[in-house]
Amino acid sequence: MFEPFEYQFFVRGIIAATLVGGLCGLIGVYIILRRMAYIGHGLSHAVLGGAVASYVMSLNFFVGASIWGFLCAQLITLTTRKRKINADAAIGVITTASFALGIVLISRYKSFTQDFDAALFGNILGVSNGDLLAISVVVVAASLILFVAYKQFLFATFDVEVAKFYGVPTGWIETLFSIVLAGTIVVSMQVLGVLLIAGATVIPPIVARLLTDSFSRMLLLSSTLGAFCGFAGIYVSFYIDVSSGASVVLVEAVLFAAVMAYSNMKSKFSVAVKGPPKAPAL
Amino acid sequence: MLHPMPLQRHEGHAVVQIRGLTCGYDKREVLSDVTLDIMEGDFVGLLGPSGSGKTTLLRTILGAVDIFQGQVVVEGVPTSQQRTKVGYVPQLETIDWNFPVTVQEVVMMGRTMDKRFFPWYSREDRMLAAEMMERLGISELANRHIRELSGGQQQRVFLARALVGSRRILLLDEPTSGVDIKTRDDVMHVLHELNHQGITIIMTTHEINAVAVHLPWIVCLNGRVLAEGPPTEVITSEILKLTYGADMPVIRYQGMTLVAESPHAYGRHAEEPEIQKLEAAHTNGSDQGTDHGSGNGHGHGHPHDHDHDQLEELEHKPVQPNPVQDQEQEVEHV
Repeated sequence: MFEPFEYQFFVRGIIAATLVGGLCGLIGVYIILRRMAYIGHGLSHAVLGGAVASYVMSLNFFVGASIWGFLCAQLITLTTRKRKINADAAIGVITTASFALGIVLISRYKSFTQDFDAALFGNILGVSNGDLLAISVVVVAASLILFVAYKQFLFATFDVEVAKFYGVPTGWIETLFSIVLAGTIVVSMQVLGVLLIAGATVIPPIVARLLTDSFSRMLLLSSTLGAFCGFAGIYVSFYIDVSSGASVVLVEAVLFAAVMAYSNMKSKFSVAVKGPPKAPAL
Repeated sequence: MLHPMPLQRHEGHAVVQIRGLTCGYDKREVLSDVTLDIMEGDFVGLLGPSGSGKTTLLRTILGAVDIFQGQVVVEGVPTSQQRTKVGYVPQLETIDWNFPVTVQEVVMMGRTMDKRFFPWYSREDRMLAAEMMERLGISELANRHIRELSGGQQQRVFLARALVGSRRILLLDEPTSGVDIKTRDDVMHVLHELNHQGITIIMTTHEINAVAVHLPWIVCLNGRVLAEGPPTEVITSEILKLTYGADMPVIRYQGMTLVAESPHAYGRHAEEPEIQKLEAAHTNGSDQGTDHGSGNGHGHGHPHDHDHDQLEELEHKPVQPNPVQDQEQEVEHV
């Protein structure tokens, strides 16, 4: 049972996956409630462009990709302010364009020889001490930002227009959100892979939503479930020898199915015993 | 169900002063040359068709609209200098009812920018929120999800959020839109109570018969202020035609003001409505003026009435009988 923990790479990997799972679960609450479920998917593709660009320009991967991801997230936010374009369309345009730019750069600079399988599906073996440090920095920074500006983030997520009327600096909140989001995507790529980040940012908050009607409890539950699935997913992947990202997301999917079934049974049982729910008379 | 004694229009100092305001979005003018005073303790209804600038006027008071010309001063401070501390209640249709948030969490949003650098709501925030929920009769619902409430309770939650930050001015965007009759009466009752407690209220509405005629003061808008005054003076066929561009016969009946809304006649010459047949049976005299037998007796016109040529004409000339005006007569119950 404790055999995997004898390997240094596994310990690094499982710590990284637990932290990334919790981080994705935390930021995922805001992603889901802003109806931007596909931003994780799109942004992780977009960041690939940034990764290649930083390689070409001999920049540090984390710095280059984070700046690239932040700019893409900001562009998406600015585009959706034009009322004619919805968030999903803006995500589609900007992230695919950024991804395409990455592909063009790879074609142009043939010397780019990074492991694409690892980039696409995640590779726990590749987590270095440097990666672990980067993940820890982003987890601490994101948690601090979301904690300190908890009230402002809540109001701006609930109703951005009205929050503005009440003096909430919504422009700053959007910028902070883009920074946290870009950082999350960049540090998650190594563990989960480009293709599976969306699952880690969407499934835990949905599961938490099924279990609670309170925003603060949803944040706590989603982060905890994300961290648990990260841990369990990597542990399982060691034994069945599959990619780490796929394993984490599959554990989350199983959890979602179980909670969904529980939620359905609970509401059917509630209707059978008490009758359909009614709003109380004033 | 409405509060039996609507407050009269207050004399005193204006808490909202709008002077020569021209404003809009993206260089597109929505309101032009608006001059308006809202007195402390007023309960004002903004009336006008969709796109007439009612919501824009509310948003201008909140400091969220580009001002091209003129000035808006709220509690002595121009909105161009400082964001106003005004409570705002949005239309309930715009709320995301699936958002995971409890009644208490929504009410405390009104305290978000008090102690803004403190991450959590303070003990004082919680106490003030509890007091406001108690005042509005929703304290036992504090831990309920907002979707589980009735329409009246939902409106009370957002009223509590608007007032919990010690705000004395309340702006409401169509608070009775899309609700049933009982909820509408409940909402209006709460608003009248708050007004009696000294809160200045400005609300937009599309409901003339059910809401506007029960308010102490009405402002008719359509790109500019067309008229303002108590319902007995403002709800007339002439002013409604100017506001809505349609013939809308007004009936005074046992102290009530009723407007026969006839949207099918918009843009056309209205055919003789059914209401004339009723009048043929019940007409008592041919008083063409306003219904002085009802309302709050506030008899003073307003400078805005003079701004508008057509309204000026109406004020200074005896109103000539015409098919529309003939319908606005005192009717007695037989």
